Amino acid sequence: MKLTLRIWRQDGPRDKGKFVAYPVDDVAEDMSFLEMLDVLNERLTLKGERPVAFDSDCREGICGACGFMVSGVAHGPQKLTTACQLFMRHFKDGETVVVEPFRARALPVLKDLIIDRSALDAIVQAGGFISARTGSAPEANAMLIAKPVADRSMDAAACIGCGACIAACPNASAMLFTAAKVSHLGLLPQGQPERRQRALRMVAKMNELGFGGCSNHGECEAACPKGISIDFIARLNRDYLSGSLFEKPEPLSSV
Amino acid sequence: MLAVLASYRTLLGKKGAMAITGAALFFFLIGHLLGNIQIFFGPEHLNNYAAFLKSTGEVLWLLRAGVLACFLLHIYSSLLVTVANQQARPQGYAAKRSLETSAAARTMIYTGSMVLLYVIYHLMMFTFLRTGPGYSPHDVYRNVVLSFQQPAISAVYIAAMLLLGAHLFHGAWSMAHTLGLSGPGYKPWRRMVGPAVAAAIVAGYISIPVAVLAGWVR
Repeated sequence: MKLTLRIWRQDGPRDKGKFVAYPVDDVAEDMSFLEMLDVLNERLTLKGERPVAFDSDCREGICGACGFMVSGVAHGPQKLTTACQLFMRHFKDGETVVVEPFRARALPVLKDLIIDRSALDAIVQAGGFISARTGSAPEANAMLIAKPVADRSMDAAACIGCGACIAACPNASAMLFTAAKVSHLGLLPQGQPERRQRALRMVAKMNELGFGGCSNHGECEAACPKGISIDFIARLNRDYLSGSLFEKPEPLSSV
Repeated sequence: MLAVLASYRTLLGKKGAMAITGAALFFFLIGHLLGNIQIFFGPEHLNNYAAFLKSTGEVLWLLRAGVLACFLLHIYSSLLVTVANQQARPQGYAAKRSLETSAAARTMIYTGSMVLLYVIYHLMMFTFLRTGPGYSPHDVYRNVVLSFQQPAISAVYIAAMLLLGAHLFHGAWSMAHTLGLSGPGYKPWRRMVGPAVAAAIVAGYISIPVAVLAGWVR
């Protein structure tokens, strides 16, 4: 099938950037979106043009490296799917597809479709350590955790940190990401001692980095390739608000 | 206590303040509606209720001060949050498709502003008695009937209540979620219970001008 790709091209962080249209005439429906970009890039390279820069790693939907907006939806129109697992059979012959990077002040564009996601690492770092004992693996049944609790924790831990939630949020808020990171520890006994302090620190960091606030639109949950529920945001709100009632405040600069 | 104030420095803290003040204003709306619909029980009933409210003296002023404080904090926080949210994405998308959000959720700042303007007008008319067709400070029933008999006043009132309904459509559920009162089964609350409560409140308020215009209350 034939597609027209309108791709955001930007030479570097300081470049203004613009959309460039690329007709691709022989898209096979069993290609993934990234494989189609690979084909386009080979042709651009042969013509002596600079290939389209995009992030990818595992290409099986579990690493969180890839991700961009495909016609207005983070990771494209297929639900619960990363861009690397988005197959071209979901597109119509003759369609024009707009491809642009995730946009947020805290996730600046480095080149074409590549964004700097280190702000997400900074949020995780702000959460600090857990005071669980390390060393050799503990006895499997030493600490009993109910199956539903372990499952919920795993649902939160499914976050691959791709940034689609932020890209989809009308406010460029990182609440779903932060909520998932706070909750996968906060649901388990090992995460209890620092539970509220962790929520306070990670929310403060998120705020400092210039992410927007949550307006409960629900766009993040709809865009998340791992289907993480905004219910975790309510959980983060509980941890944060109870933390601000019962924990000593820390100066923002210490986080 | 200090930590609560410190939490206001973050957007989530500001949203918490908006949710708490929003909830207070939400309960004020219900209380105000329960007062107003006594118009259907006749002039004496409503006027006695109004006289009772005035007779409570300091308590009434305390409640009024509380409502005013909630209003101011709600509005102040919403302005800070809105500005920060807009700054969080300096460069927008060429194509953006919404998957989940509602028009009501995206226009909260606008519907809220319109409701604020209407509240000022509403206070000028029924509390300070500065506008409208010749009011008496003691005959609330007469004031309401006289004003709503004018189609323009009723139309503005109904329009304002519909905007309030849009605000509550998202707000009723959103404040619960922001305060963490939500769980894995949140979807029916968001899609059904919140909007149904908003619709019930708005329908209650709108029933008054409709009844006056139809001649059922005169």
